[in-house]
Amino acid sequence: MSIEQFIENEVKTNDVVLFMKGTPQFPQCGFSGQVVQILDHVGVGYKGLNVLESADLRDGIKTYSNWPTIPQLYVKGEFVGGCDIIREMFQAGELQSLLAEKGVIAAPASA
Amino acid sequence: MTMKDNITKKLTEAFAPLSLDVSDESHLHAGHMGHRPEGETHFRVNIVSEAFEGKSRIDRHRMINELLAAELAGTVHALALKPQTPKEAG
Repeated sequence: MSIEQFIENEVKTNDVVLFMKGTPQFPQCGFSGQVVQILDHVGVGYKGLNVLESADLRDGIKTYSNWPTIPQLYVKGEFVGGCDIIREMFQAGELQSLLAEKGVIAAPASA
Repeated sequence: MTMKDNITKKLTEAFAPLSLDVSDESHLHAGHMGHRPEGETHFRVNIVSEAFEGKSRIDRHRMINELLAAELAGTVHALALKPQTPKEAG
């Protein structure tokens, strides 16, 4: 399997995938750690893939997404963004709406 | 020219920003992965430009990442971006 096929398979068979440095339990980069905190806070299940374990994966995901930095979040096969974008979306409530729309978390309770 | 000046110059030429603040935060990442003793590895960019009008968050980041592709492939390890339109910046 090529690295593209591996990545494609991961993002298509898992609802939420975070390409990160380190693991959700032990992030090894502050930017990856921020996204882990946000995902944990909104209560969504996700698969973390540690790019530090594989140079192929680290380079492969940058090419696959046409995005030069890690972390990278995928929801239902779609690239959502890196740390800055995820944080801005979270602060605006847009991340929660997106995850609810995609059916991966319960819709936020209306006030 | 420092990396900060280089990034500032490229962004200024490409986006004619109304406001632009490039800060070198490499010292905050000393000892952290990607850090190197010479510094110039971690940058934060706040930029306000009409060029981002009508563009999604991802598109805005891509515009900047593509402009700075050579730097990102080189010593620049992290680029935190806050691209805004004049309307959003208020």
